[in-house]
Amino acid sequence: MIPEGKRKIWQDYQKEIAIDRYFYVRSCVRQNFFPASEKVFLKIMREELAKDVYENAAHTTCSGIGYHSDIVPFDTTMTVIARQFALMTEAGYRNFVTSCITSFGLYSEVMETWHHFPDELKKARKYLKQATGREFDLPENIVHASDIIFKFRKEIAGRGRYRLIHHLTGKPLQVVEHIGCHYSKMFPSKSVGGAEYPYVLVGMIEEWGGDVIDYPERRHCCGFGFRQYLIKANRGYSLANSRKKFESMKPYKPDFILTNCPGCPMFLDRWQYTLSEMEGVTYGDQGRGIPVLTYEELSGLMLGYDPWDVGLQVHQVPVEPLLDKIGIPYDPDKKYLGKEGVDLGKPAMPPRLKYP
Amino acid sequence: MKKTVLVIGGGIAGMTAAARLADLGISTVILEKEGEAGGHLRQWDRLFPTRRPGRDVLDYLSQDLNGKADIRLGAMIEEIRKETGEFILTLQSGETLRGDAILFATGFELFDARKKEEYGYGIYDNVITSAELEAVFQSGRPLMTDQGFPPKRVGFVHCVGSRDEKVGNLYCSKVCCVTGVKQAIEIREMYPDAEVFGFYMDLRMFDRFFEELYFEAQQKWDIKFLRGRMSECAENQDHTILLKLEDTLTSRPLKMTVDLLVLLVGFVSSAETLRLATMLGVGIGEDRFLVPEDMHIRAHTTKVPGVFLAGAVKGPSCIPNVIADAAAAAMRIHQYLVHS
Repeated sequence: MIPEGKRKIWQDYQKEIAIDRYFYVRSCVRQNFFPASEKVFLKIMREELAKDVYENAAHTTCSGIGYHSDIVPFDTTMTVIARQFALMTEAGYRNFVTSCITSFGLYSEVMETWHHFPDELKKARKYLKQATGREFDLPENIVHASDIIFKFRKEIAGRGRYRLIHHLTGKPLQVVEHIGCHYSKMFPSKSVGGAEYPYVLVGMIEEWGGDVIDYPERRHCCGFGFRQYLIKANRGYSLANSRKKFESMKPYKPDFILTNCPGCPMFLDRWQYTLSEMEGVTYGDQGRGIPVLTYEELSGLMLGYDPWDVGLQVHQVPVEPLLDKIGIPYDPDKKYLGKEGVDLGKPAMPPRLKYP
Repeated sequence: MKKTVLVIGGGIAGMTAAARLADLGISTVILEKEGEAGGHLRQWDRLFPTRRPGRDVLDYLSQDLNGKADIRLGAMIEEIRKETGEFILTLQSGETLRGDAILFATGFELFDARKKEEYGYGIYDNVITSAELEAVFQSGRPLMTDQGFPPKRVGFVHCVGSRDEKVGNLYCSKVCCVTGVKQAIEIREMYPDAEVFGFYMDLRMFDRFFEELYFEAQQKWDIKFLRGRMSECAENQDHTILLKLEDTLTSRPLKMTVDLLVLLVGFVSSAETLRLATMLGVGIGEDRFLVPEDMHIRAHTTKVPGVFLAGAVKGPSCIPNVIADAAAAAMRIHQYLVHS
C-alpha cells in the first residue's frame, strides 16, 4: 500500500463545509438504532464548539427509504424536500446539515436535479406552494453531520481526554472505517475524499491517533442495501453482505468499526449476533465481536463523555473491550440504567457472542 | 530563399516529416522538449505484431534524419505567433526562431491511470501500467512483484482511460489491445508457468497480423481472455490484488486474485499541445486531440494557414500509420510552401 497515493486522491475531493449556523435535520431511524448519537452531536456542537445549531420540530422524513424502495415517487420526494428547505428559510438559516446519509444523498440528488433541470425546481416550488403555501430558498451549503465532525476533528482532539491508542501498549488502535453508500458513491465530488478512498472517517481516526485498516471488501455495502433488508425474503443477502465484510476484515484484527450512516452500524453490529447464532461464527477477540461505533459516539468518547451517556449500552456487540483498550473508565452496574437511574432491564446474554 | 519549417515534437512523426521535408529541399528545425529524440518509441522494447525491437525502427528513423535537420533538444516553447505570413517562436531560453510553416508533431501522452481510482494505481503495490511493464522488458531485468517475487498470476486490464465516459474519453486508443496481447505473450515467455489473463470489452485487432497474434496468444500461450470490464480491485494482506469483474460471456460475477495487475493505458492529448494549439488558434476536438481542416481530404492542414498536423496529435495511431501520415504531411507542407 502506498499511502501517498491516497493522499493525492484526497486532495482532489475537498468540499466546502460551513463553520456555523446550521439547520440540522435528524434521521428517521437513528433515534431507535443508536439513540444517543444525535444528542451527542448536538452537545458537542453547542457545548464544546459553541456553534449555532437549529432544529425544527416540524421537520419530517425526507422520504428516502420510501423513495429508494420505489414507494414514493420522485415528484413527492422533491416536494417533501422543498418543504424542509422552506422550514430552513423561515428560520433564517442557509447551511443544511443532515444526520442521515440517505437523506444527504437524496438532498444532493434533488439539488443536482434542480441544477440540471430547472423546470423540476419550478415544479417543486409550485407543488409546495399549492400544498402548504410555503416558499423556500436553496441552501448555500449542504453537508452531512460527519463532515462537520471531520471539519472540527482537530478541535475535538484538542479538547479530548482520550486518544485511539492502546493505553497499555501505547500502540495505535486498528480501525475499520465504513462510510454509508449514499455519502459518496452517488456524488463523489460532494464528499470528503471521494468514493473510492473516502477520507471523512479516516481523517477523524488519524487525527485521534488510530490507524486505518484497508481491507479488500472495504468498499462493499454493510448489508442494509434497502431491498436486501426491507424485503424480508431478501434478508439472506443482507447477512451475506455483512458476512463478506467481516471475513475480509478479520485477518487485520480490527479493534472496532467506525461508521457514518444510520444503517451501517445497525447491521454491522446486529448481524454479528445473528451470524453467531446462525453459523456459530464470531469475530473479534475471544468471541466478543468487533465493536461498531457511530462517529458521534466516538467523538463523545474522545471528549470523555460517560460511555453509557453516549448510548453504548444499546449495542449488540459489547463495547467494554474497546473501552478497556483506550482506558476509558465505566461503571458496569450503570450500563442498563436509563435517565435518572431508571432500570432499563438487563437483556438476556446470547449463548455464543461473548460478553464481559 | 530556402524555406524553413518549425517541427514541434521529435518523435516518430517529427523525425519522419523532417527527413521527408529535407528530401524536398526544405530546411527544418525540430523542437524536442526531452533530452533525446524518438518520443515514446524510446521506451518501447518490442513492437507489435512482429515483436521486432523498437530500437530497430528508432535507429532507422535516426539514420534517415541524420544531418538533415537542426534538432533542438530540451526546447521548451514559450510563445508562438504569426506575423505577416511568418511564424515566430520564442523558446523559454529566450532564443527566437522563425519559420514559414509549423508542423505539430507533438504526439500524445499516456493516460494517467490514477484517474481510474477504482483500479488503485499509485496506491496498491502491484498495480502497474503497460508502459512500466515495457520498461521492465527493455531493462532486461526479470519481472517481479513489488515484494520481489516472480508473478505467478498476471492480469491485464484493457481500455484504461479509453472508451470510458467516466474519464471523459469516448475514443478508442487503438493500440492498447494488441499491446496487451503482445505483453501477455512476453510474460508467458519469461515465466512459462505463469497464468495470464486479459480483461477486455472487445478486442480491436484492426491491423494486419494483429488477429493472428491474438490467436497465437490463446492457442500457443494459453492466455485466457475474459470479456468484462473490471469494476474495482483491492489489495489483499499479502499484497496480491483482488479483482472484481463480470464475465459477460457467462453472465457471472467474478472475483479473483492476481499477483500483478497491468493497466493498458490509452492515449491522451498533452496539456502542452493544447496550450500551443490555443495560442495559434488551431482547432481542438471534443476528444482534445487537434482537428485538421477536413478529416478525410485535408487531414494535415488546419484552419490556420501554414500550420500542419502529423501523427498521433490528431488521435491515437500506430507506428506504421504515423510514419505514413508524417510523410504525407511533408508533401502537404511542400505544396503549401511552393504556392505561398
